[in-house]
Amino acid sequence: MLKLEDVVTCYGNIKALKGISITIQPGEIITVIGANGAGKSTTLMTICGIIPPRQGKIIYEGQDITNAEPDKIVGMGISQVPEGRRIFPFLTVQENLDMGAYLRRDTDGIKRDRDYIYELFPILAERRNQAGGTLSGGEQQMLAISRALMAKPKLLLMDEPSLGLAPIIVQQIFSIITKINQENGTTILLVEQNANMALKVAHRGYVMETGRITMEDTAKGLVSNPEVKDAYLGV
Amino acid sequence: MDLDYFFQLFLGGMTRGSIYALIALGYTMVYGIIKLINFAHGEIYMIGAFTALIIVGALGMTGLNPVLIFLIAGVIAVLTSAGYGVTIERIAYKPLRNAPRLSALISAIGMSLFLQNYVLLAQTSNFLPFPTLIPEFKFLANAGGIISSTQIIILATTALVMVVLTLLIKFTRIGKAMRATSQDRQMAQLVGIGINKVIAFTFVIGSFTAALGGVLICSHIGQINFYIGFIAGIKAFVAAVLGGIGSIPGAVLGSFVLGLTESFGTGYISSDYEDVFAFLFLVLILTIRPSGILGREKKAKV
Ligand SMILES: Nc1ncnc2c1ncn2[C@@H]1O[C@H](COP(=O)(O)OP(=O)(O)OP(=O)(O)O)[C@@H](O)[C@H]1O
Ligand SMILES: [Mg+2]
Repeated sequence: MLKLEDVVTCYGNIKALKGISITIQPGEIITVIGANGAGKSTTLMTICGIIPPRQGKIIYEGQDITNAEPDKIVGMGISQVPEGRRIFPFLTVQENLDMGAYLRRDTDGIKRDRDYIYELFPILAERRNQAGGTLSGGEQQMLAISRALMAKPKLLLMDEPSLGLAPIIVQQIFSIITKINQENGTTILLVEQNANMALKVAHRGYVMETGRITMEDTAKGLVSNPEVKDAYLGV
Repeated sequence: MDLDYFFQLFLGGMTRGSIYALIALGYTMVYGIIKLINFAHGEIYMIGAFTALIIVGALGMTGLNPVLIFLIAGVIAVLTSAGYGVTIERIAYKPLRNAPRLSALISAIGMSLFLQNYVLLAQTSNFLPFPTLIPEFKFLANAGGIISSTQIIILATTALVMVVLTLLIKFTRIGKAMRATSQDRQMAQLVGIGINKVIAFTFVIGSFTAALGGVLICSHIGQINFYIGFIAGIKAFVAAVLGGIGSIPGAVLGSFVLGLTESFGTGYISSDYEDVFAFLFLVLILTIRPSGILGREKKAKV
């Protein structure tokens, strides 16, 4: 479904990605784990066309999207829940959701999906006319996920959705990730520092270190790998 | 106190305020969306006025109804200015979008000087008379000269523009996209908003209202030259900062506050200091509220 081939991305002269290759099959949950500054967020921003790669290729559903504009890429079915939630602070909860559905024209479908979201997260329904910036961190994360879902993505990119949330909310977020994947068949690329949780829900995973992929295996394989255990699972 | 005189000053201030508001909207919207003080914005207003003057001159010989001529000239002026606005964005600001902010600012100042001199060379440095095309309304005969029909049209047009713009920004798809883009441009891209279109549209709207202001004020004052955009632009900029740059209601409020201050200041104190009042007031307000009357301080939740 998505294929990164030897992708190099730079900020000025700094190489943040030094030639990474990732393959994702339809219906998979893939996780990318790695320490701070490894290049995980950069990978997601590169896929979305925000920071186009200096070298390499990105193929999505057989099409080359390496240098496509971000709005084209969203239109093709890739959405992102970015690091730090990035809620539009002065738009209401409902307007934030509407923005998620920006490229859709099926008014009825949008309404149906919004109702589904409000059922999934009743707190958002309660807060629908409140400015997004006034929500709590957990509520904002729910809104960020919901906003991405409103685009009806085929591939959902999530950047540390559990960061800074209470354990019970983290549980909830991960069960929703599984639910989105199983019920809608949405393919998910999940970036996490919480490797324990990520490897529980993922099918396969990649380990990233300073701009390079250093390991690639099934989730089970990674969990039982002594190096991964030492470095990322804290056991 | 002479009540007639008071009302005359009040309405004069409101008229000035309306024009400042029409220009200030463009400053504040462009600032909101790309964080740039578009110094060439006053020139858009001036170009609007000149375009109208040229069209009025050309149509004047046809013997058409003056009101019709005014409307045609206004429409063409507004469209021409919108074209200039978008073109300026495309060639002078878009290439610098990811450059340091100072670069774009310098580019804007350059654009302003360029357009002034362009009109100076194409036209003349003298003031040119702008014909009166709006007839005096009959019902104003008893008003004792407190207000003219042109002033009424300025006030009404401004009010209409404000209402339409508010609805546009609050409820339409493009309006929401504009707000989203101004709050987080990258995130706007991530939800699929084509920010190039949104930014261009912002320049269209800003230029549109500025040109409208240009055409209206010239038919009120009756003369124009290449320099009017500079003065009006600075004043409208002051108004936008006064109200809180980036805020649309702020720009409108700041404009009326400024227009009234100038009008009463010149009427009751001295007309020698007309331009001083604006800056005095600016300093005063910003001392009390550094981000303007309605400006909001940036607070981000982490
Ligand atoms: N806008 C930027 N300008 C310059 N360098 C950047 C920028 N964004 C990221 N970097 C650098 O690129 C490298 C990768 O950053 P990235 O944000 O992708 O890491 P990450 O794996 O997501 O880390 P974290 O887990 O802390 O979020 C880092 O060394 C970072 O300093
Ligand atoms: Mg990151």
